[in-house]
Amino acid sequence: MALADNNKTLEVKALKTWIDTEGGIIHAVDGVSFNIRPGETLAILGESGCGKSLTALSILQLIPKPAGRIVSGKVMFSGENLLEKSEQDMREIRGRRIAMIFQEPQSSLNPVMTIGQQIKEVLPDRRNKSAIEINKDIVGLLDSVGMSDSARRIKEYPHQLSGGMKQRAMIAMALASKPDILIADEPTTALDVTIQSQILNLLARLKKENNMSILLITHDLGVVSQMADRVLLMYAGEAVEDADAVNFFVAARHPYAQKLFQSIPDRSKRKKKLDIIPGMVPTYAGDYQGCRFAERCDKAWDLCFQEKPQWRSQDENGVRCHLYNDTLELQDTLNKKIEQEFVTTDEKVTREEILLDVKQLKVHFPIHKGIFRRVVGHVKAVDGISLKVGRGRTVAIVGESGCGKTTAGKAILQLIKPTSGEVIYDGASLTKMAGNELRQLRKNFQIIFQDPYASLNPRMLVGESIAEGLHALKLESSKETIQKRVKKILTQVGMPEEAYARYPHEFSGGQRQRISIARALAVNPELIVCDEPTSALDVSVQAQILNLLNDLQRELSLSYLFITHDISVVEYLAHEVAVMYLGRIVEFGTAADILDNALHPYTQALLSAVPVISRIGNAGNAGHKDGTQFLLAGDIPSPSNPPAGCHFHVRCPQATEICRQQYPGQTRVTGSHTVFCHLFESAPELTGQN
Amino acid sequence: MLDFTFKILVTDALLYILVTAIIIFIVYARKHEHLSAPWRQIKNKKLAMSSFVILLFFVITGFLDSIHIRQEIKIDTESKTQQQVVQYSSEVLSLLDLLLTKLRVQTEKTYSAPFAIHSFTKEVTDDQQGKPKLYYPRLKYGGAHLQAQDSRIYDIGKRLLWALFWTLLVIVLCILLVAKFVVSKNDNKNEKTNLNTKLKTVLSGNTSTPWLTILLVMSIPVFFIASLVELGPFYHIMGTDQVGNDVLYKTIKSIRTGLLIGTLTTLIILPFAIIFGITAGYFRGWVDDLIQYIYTTLSSIPSVLLIAAAILSLEVYMTNNPQSFTTLIDRSDTRLLFLVMILGVMSWTGLCRLLRAETMKIRELDYIQAANSLGVRHRKIMSRHIFPNLMHIVLITVVLDFSGLVLAEAVLSYIGVGVDPTMDSWGNMINGARLEMAREPLVWWNLTAAFVFMFILVLAANIFSDAVRDALDPRLRKA
Repeated sequence: MALADNNKTLEVKALKTWIDTEGGIIHAVDGVSFNIRPGETLAILGESGCGKSLTALSILQLIPKPAGRIVSGKVMFSGENLLEKSEQDMREIRGRRIAMIFQEPQSSLNPVMTIGQQIKEVLPDRRNKSAIEINKDIVGLLDSVGMSDSARRIKEYPHQLSGGMKQRAMIAMALASKPDILIADEPTTALDVTIQSQILNLLARLKKENNMSILLITHDLGVVSQMADRVLLMYAGEAVEDADAVNFFVAARHPYAQKLFQSIPDRSKRKKKLDIIPGMVPTYAGDYQGCRFAERCDKAWDLCFQEKPQWRSQDENGVRCHLYNDTLELQDTLNKKIEQEFVTTDEKVTREEILLDVKQLKVHFPIHKGIFRRVVGHVKAVDGISLKVGRGRTVAIVGESGCGKTTAGKAILQLIKPTSGEVIYDGASLTKMAGNELRQLRKNFQIIFQDPYASLNPRMLVGESIAEGLHALKLESSKETIQKRVKKILTQVGMPEEAYARYPHEFSGGQRQRISIARALAVNPELIVCDEPTSALDVSVQAQILNLLNDLQRELSLSYLFITHDISVVEYLAHEVAVMYLGRIVEFGTAADILDNALHPYTQALLSAVPVISRIGNAGNAGHKDGTQFLLAGDIPSPSNPPAGCHFHVRCPQATEICRQQYPGQTRVTGSHTVFCHLFESAPELTGQN
Repeated sequence: MLDFTFKILVTDALLYILVTAIIIFIVYARKHEHLSAPWRQIKNKKLAMSSFVILLFFVITGFLDSIHIRQEIKIDTESKTQQQVVQYSSEVLSLLDLLLTKLRVQTEKTYSAPFAIHSFTKEVTDDQQGKPKLYYPRLKYGGAHLQAQDSRIYDIGKRLLWALFWTLLVIVLCILLVAKFVVSKNDNKNEKTNLNTKLKTVLSGNTSTPWLTILLVMSIPVFFIASLVELGPFYHIMGTDQVGNDVLYKTIKSIRTGLLIGTLTTLIILPFAIIFGITAGYFRGWVDDLIQYIYTTLSSIPSVLLIAAAILSLEVYMTNNPQSFTTLIDRSDTRLLFLVMILGVMSWTGLCRLLRAETMKIRELDYIQAANSLGVRHRKIMSRHIFPNLMHIVLITVVLDFSGLVLAEAVLSYIGVGVDPTMDSWGNMINGARLEMAREPLVWWNLTAAFVFMFILVLAANIFSDAVRDALDPRLRKA
């Protein structure tokens, strides 16, 4: 059947893309089939390394050559097989009928051309139009993607736009020739949640207006839940489940899908151990004998290791698993479902003892200008934050990128010198110490970082890295005791002892993160600043790390200062939450205070912007808790020149006159819950924060 | 056999230090996987290994030329007492000189073309009638063994055939050695292999290290050496220069000069570049400003002018203090050392800039922050965390700079501010060829010999440095 049905815009059949590497041929995409109807959003979901992006690139014949090659399969699009088309013909398709947007808007835009010039290049009939008409078209396009002040934006360069604006510009370019299909490869992964929800809403609106199909590639179940009509779940190069979104979220069939849901942290799993998928996505080359997921599957039995499961489908839904028969019914006789026991972690409340007390901490970076490097202003990265961390507690600092949360974390550890304010650790004022005195105390507080690849010295053995603190702080003297201690810590974080004598590049991201944790633990700290330790990891690995952090906290009664932008992680493990906006804390309270009873408009916006995985299934609509979404307009202003009055008033829907003039003072709502907002000041004080 | 004593020149000593440092690095790298892995990659590349073989021959020649001795002079004193004072010749010879004694001592009167048996210039003599007559005299050594009726071409051909035979013998021996001792370790998992199958593996070129290529490339320098042995004592292969010295001998002697300039300069560069680069990048602030000012100032001075000034002032110093420089070789060695130092001082800025920028990038990485939070001291952070992560840049720059420095020597000697005029160097040879090129008929062999040797060395170095960069540069490395 060479001709596709009318109602199917794009049909991919048994697509196989292989990549030649030195280690052998990797079957990166191994027989994936799906189709997208007009006006439908298909989400390809999977962890990194599952072949999602390569599937999309294969459709457009954009795979990296000569390493990659499309081995077999068909991509039928309006009656033609795209894989048989020549490079020249493909150019007519790419960008015109099938457009693509990428994860990094920064690197997808040419930095030396204005936005207007770049959009002009892709306009389909620019040769028959006058300059004025073209200009009008571009403005129209930018308006349609919700770009503010588009007439001015045309003359601006990419660096003058924020991340969200750049992504809008990219979408405008993709839409210039009204494509039938838009491929969006992780379009919001690099963006903040409030911006992400803007972009997702924009995509949903454009889809409806243009009756366009979207092939959405993502690893984020929340995004899928908000956007997708259908879901294709991929694992290690194979499609393992194809279902419509409602079905997928209500009753996912494949064990991998079920596991993914269970490993996502959220409030309902508080006090419980996250259900983890052991190991990681396999990357080895060559053919698989059995099911690719078998090694990590807790429902696997002999057959799974011996025989490849066939694709079974019915009514457009399909699954690749031995558990199901041809009509997609669960074969109960074979099903050895193990009810996962949730280990309850008891919450020890030791609130009385304050371990860390931060008072009015400020970090201002001077801005130099001119030949003489005159200081012309300051970037107020952290502008007077105060918080307390109790022993054995987890305090989360939540905020969007650029709000100063990482700087705050480093300033607390004295890795960046604070401009003013005080950090009192266990009664000792760190800000007043220097040199050796501070070095002696360093063993008490440690840090783990976001990027598992940058956090370990590639030239040092894992063991050397972990032992470094022991040497530097002279905690152990003899070689044997150090080695013994390092090996003990390695086992404690779930790594084999042999890791001692190996180099970091031999380990995966999750394992490296474990090693980083081991390095921090080696000196027996009481407080660990966790700077987004899981945001660079896949969901299943994230769950492993969160469990580890939880276990360690229980065993060693550690305190965590958890810096993150991920609300679901906060929901899962934070005891107290501080919400930061532009260098200041706008709301502080217990997790329950913030999550259930958020008062500050920013906190409310932040919470509502997070795509929530709704298992009831209302695909296509934004699936939010209360159904209403509180969309924030605009971007975070620059911390070098924050708006007068309340920093948030520019974006705040409830801003009043006083917000424009004065920074709000602290309002204590309950014993644990404080907020900085004029809305809640019973009697507005005129003194401001200080 | 005469007794001798070693004479260690300053440049020799520096070269020994460099060689020791390289050996220590190799031993150290063998124990560290991340250091030896890229070199293993180089080991398996055909082009890289071919250029390495050629380089190795140059290096060995240069090294042999850097072991200097003074021979004992036999003084036939009438009183044959026991208290004979041992005296050593003031002439300092290298091992290479001793190996090439024939080439060194067989000097003609003046120019002669390659393989010539007659002089290049006419001489006047009286014929039997006592009338003056112009003729091309026979050379004293070049082709001296030939009788009038002997064919020169036939003689050269015969000797070349012998050379070819020796070459084949050596190569076959090498193949057997490789097959017996090397291949068994790496390439044959099958334990029951006899020499025959191993030989087949080598000859089919299926070894991970391209032994076949290496041996084939090796046959070229081996053939060269064999021809040198066969032909050298009987002919001037590359002719003779104005004062009758063998050009080939001069060219071979120049290898040491080129190598020393290329390698010792980097020895001077490295401490400056590494220490200044890392401290500037790590501490930032006023330290960075100071170092930046130093190197921007330094690199804005025209280097040729500075080198000329330095060399000329050294000249003056040497004329004023003749007692410190007793022998000719001392003089030329001091000048070479000075040139190396001034070149080094002039050229550390580029590497320093690179290292400063890279350090700035690395110091912001999380593992440096982690080390800070673990209370590791600055000195240790710089030596344990930053320096090892800069090593690839240092190595790449050193090998890339090498060929540039060899060429720089030629240029500097050409304009007269290079090495001592009495020292054999390609630059001096090219400088001398200025007048020869204006002669009619042309004296082309001096320039050609220098050019060919320099070209081969620089080409091999460039190819090898390309391979080194490919293997070490993380951006070019395959994932």
